[in-house]
Amino acid sequence: MAQTQHNQLSIKTIVAIGIGAALFVILGRFGSIPSGIPDTNIETTYALLALFALLYGPYAGLLIGLIGHTLKDAIFYGSPWFSWVIASGLVGLIIGLIAGRIKIHEGEFGAKEIIKFNLAQVIANIVAWFLVAPALDILIYAEPVNKVFAQGLVAGISNIVTVAVIGTLLAIAYSKTRTRRGSLTHEA
Amino acid sequence: MKTPVIEFVDFTFQYHAQSRPTLHKINLTINEGEKVLIVGPSGSGKSTLAHCMNGLIPFFYTGEMSGSMKIKGKELKDQSIAGLSDTVGTVLQDPDGQFVGLTVAEDMVFKLENDAVPQAEMSDRLAAAARRVDIERYLESSPHALSGGQKQKTTLGGVLVNDVGILLFDEPLASLDPYTGNRTIELIDRIHQETGKTVVIIEHRLEEVLHRSVDRIIVVRDGQVAADLTAADLLSSNILVETGIREPLYLTALKYAGCSITPEMHPEHVDTIRLGSCIPRLQEWYKSLDNSPEQPDYPAVLELRDISFGYEKNKPILHQISLRIGQGEIVCIAGRNGAGKSTISKLICGFYRPSAGTILLNGRDIRSDSIKERADRIGFVMQNPNHMLSKTLIYDEVALGLKLRGVPEEVIRERVHEVLKVCGLYAFRSWPVSALSYGQKKRVTIASILVLSPEIIILDEPTAGQDYRHYNEMMEFLVTLNRQGITIVLITHDMHLMLEYAQRTIVLSEGIKIADDSPVRILSNSEVVEAAHLKMTSVHDLALRAGVDQPEEFVSRFIAYDRGIRGQ
Amino acid sequence: MNTRMLTYTKLDSPVHRLTGFTKLVFFIIWSVTAMITYDTRCLLAMLLIGLAAFRLSKVPFRDYSFVLYLILFFFALNHLAIFIFSPLEGVRIYGTQHDIFHIAGRYTVTWEQLFYQLNIALKYTAVIPMALLFLLTTDPSEFAASLSKVGVNYRIAYSVSIALRYIPDIQRDYQNISFSAQARGLDISRKEKLPRRIKNMISILMPLILTSVERIEKISAAMELRGFGHKPSRTWYKSRPFNMLDYAALLLIVVIGVVTAMVTFYDGSRFYNPFG
Repeated sequence: MAQTQHNQLSIKTIVAIGIGAALFVILGRFGSIPSGIPDTNIETTYALLALFALLYGPYAGLLIGLIGHTLKDAIFYGSPWFSWVIASGLVGLIIGLIAGRIKIHEGEFGAKEIIKFNLAQVIANIVAWFLVAPALDILIYAEPVNKVFAQGLVAGISNIVTVAVIGTLLAIAYSKTRTRRGSLTHEA
Repeated sequence: MKTPVIEFVDFTFQYHAQSRPTLHKINLTINEGEKVLIVGPSGSGKSTLAHCMNGLIPFFYTGEMSGSMKIKGKELKDQSIAGLSDTVGTVLQDPDGQFVGLTVAEDMVFKLENDAVPQAEMSDRLAAAARRVDIERYLESSPHALSGGQKQKTTLGGVLVNDVGILLFDEPLASLDPYTGNRTIELIDRIHQETGKTVVIIEHRLEEVLHRSVDRIIVVRDGQVAADLTAADLLSSNILVETGIREPLYLTALKYAGCSITPEMHPEHVDTIRLGSCIPRLQEWYKSLDNSPEQPDYPAVLELRDISFGYEKNKPILHQISLRIGQGEIVCIAGRNGAGKSTISKLICGFYRPSAGTILLNGRDIRSDSIKERADRIGFVMQNPNHMLSKTLIYDEVALGLKLRGVPEEVIRERVHEVLKVCGLYAFRSWPVSALSYGQKKRVTIASILVLSPEIIILDEPTAGQDYRHYNEMMEFLVTLNRQGITIVLITHDMHLMLEYAQRTIVLSEGIKIADDSPVRILSNSEVVEAAHLKMTSVHDLALRAGVDQPEEFVSRFIAYDRGIRGQ
Repeated sequence: MNTRMLTYTKLDSPVHRLTGFTKLVFFIIWSVTAMITYDTRCLLAMLLIGLAAFRLSKVPFRDYSFVLYLILFFFALNHLAIFIFSPLEGVRIYGTQHDIFHIAGRYTVTWEQLFYQLNIALKYTAVIPMALLFLLTTDPSEFAASLSKVGVNYRIAYSVSIALRYIPDIQRDYQNISFSAQARGLDISRKEKLPRRIKNMISILMPLILTSVERIEKISAAMELRGFGHKPSRTWYKSRPFNMLDYAALLLIVVIGVVTAMVTFYDGSRFYNPFG
């Protein structure tokens, strides 16, 4: 079994940032599913970001958000939208800061951890999408206030719901893959 | 006097997550300049042994150590991975995981960049290493444009840029076709002779490694050194059979013919073994066996007519392929990387649509069938089981396909239990998938396809990365399925598998079907063998040396006899 | 899923010859400048310089044409949204109101709004050519080296390189996983009801995440074995030496940045006001 330390910038964290960012790009492009509400998609890539922040900590969360979002915008749309890039980084950072100490690698993810993880993601998404992203949009692009807050509200709520449902289920499933062999017996 | 470079003394290691030691009281010395092969079945501890030599143990994989392990006279526990990387260069088995650079050149200099070597010096050392492994023409290529063999050369080059004294190869043949495997063994041998470095090879494919000679073979079994002998001594003993390592096929044939193998015969290689009195025995044995039975004619279940396809316009991958799979047959599709093997199966399953041609299932054009509808009749098992497993529990994983098809719960339970029994997984049904071994996971994916009762199952490299015992288990299991009437298509470059289990082999080369015949005849046709990156079997060579009039028939009879014995 | 991506192609042009470092610094200052200013004259000048640089780069149109359509689409959508949410934003900013025609309710088209939205459009179009150019003419191999030269920790710079290296591998994984999922009957399109769709998506994400976690382990082990990160700095095989062109380009961007800032803040407002 590998070491599960994620001190600041261990090699594993570096690799997790790289692979996490690559996943962010692929899911950001191909992993949206229609939500049923017009023009609003379930962006599964944010569930992934939340999970990786939980698994690999705040640095990884921040950098996966920043790098992943920049690369996704750049490769597929030609130009990064910086206000949202920064918001994505912030989501990863805050979730990592609050929930990063959950020992999910040891299979620990019960009711208490689920609440903590969701608390973290709700705070993170509120800060990022209700406050920071609109504020930056106004500051950088001087877009109308009501427009950017409406956009932030939609994005924030949809990301909160996405992470609450998909992120939580993924984390539970992941923690289950971490159970030990010793507890298992054959059945006749 | 030889200088020891790797010394294990009463060395024991236990992973933190495990309940008992993986290595137990290992005593082993490897001297400077030696070329040593370490063999052992999966789970024997041979990879753990390799990890101790490069420092992944105890610095990356943690656990309890006792006894002593020294590299160049320094205790392992007093070193670091980075420090050891100047002494030991490792070539890992998964070339995609080790190839971190964006191009060949960058990957090869990775170690030098990390050591902050100045650019000018880097270029010189890169050029020398690239020449040595013969990858100079590809320096600017990205990993996605390279074959498995080229990726491995890059990795080896990345080790040679740094002047390490010990080269460690962790299952170098695992992801290579037989032809490339041979070239790799030759390359390792050449580098050993040119540089005089110590070479340690970890592998379970003994016959392939012995393509070039080694100084010593160490057999690891249950975490202990079961033998430490020269190749000649080991091959003359019974240790391989007891340990579950496949001995070279020509030796199996000689033993069946009643010859006993002695070190004096020099049994290391089929071309140089002294056959002497064995020749008449082989001939007698050959005559005593029945003719191999003629293959029956199978009615077609799946037919491809003039199929063409390309992922991009003007870049066709398949040109007018026509082939026929018979009801109840086991057919192999072979060919080197990029020949179009996997693409064919993706077209059959409906993941892509052919640009021309028709696919008939039981005589009906399945053009308009969806992926899901096709999957009810044709199951596809991917090479990597981890790409297919999505549920935490085995029962749920196998039940998934039926649930999605709205089958009632009682019927599902009955079907799943039945399939789990067939697959030998019934006792594990409430286990989490993650607790299973690689081979067991593979079985779960087969079970999850089987539960939909397909007529045909297509398997992509079903035995890749598995040792002899697991290979045997997997293939005998597929034969049981086949006897129950399921047609099996195998995409593979494993020649043993073809010879031993397939009735027919279809060979693709550059998107064209170049052969469609019995595996024995295919493997005797040197043109086809070369185009598909296969290799002639050593039994064929043995038959030639013994002067058997029909070497192909000799191979067929040998395979039939061998199957009879192993099937017991 | 054969979606086209913007990728670097090796060509010989003055833009290609610039080092990655120069292009990165150029792009950063350029973007920041375009973010700060709302001065129509500066933005117009930047757009023209951007287009000129594009011509100089000799990048063929087909290498990026597909992105232009996407950009145009989002562009139109965004402008519509701005008008719907705030039809008199321009009036608020410039402090005057010159009506052109009335639509309905609070929706009146004014010259101020048109000018405001023209400025927003310019702000994007000034950045897009440079962003595209940066992507199309910078060797990804050189990118990490450039980041490190700009002062980013080399470990973080390398994680960008890892991301670029493994995007195709992960795309292939995702494709294989979703193929086998579809074969088993997992549908994530509108044909399924939402809860089912989400459950099915999880069945695709789970194997992708587990194989990625495993991949992280393997790559980390390989990098450990090759001595990554044990020194305070590292060298980069692909980093290139500076030449005259680099100095010229850096000088140009500094001039553009300073001039723009001066013009923009000369009258104490980010906005150039032709109405007052």
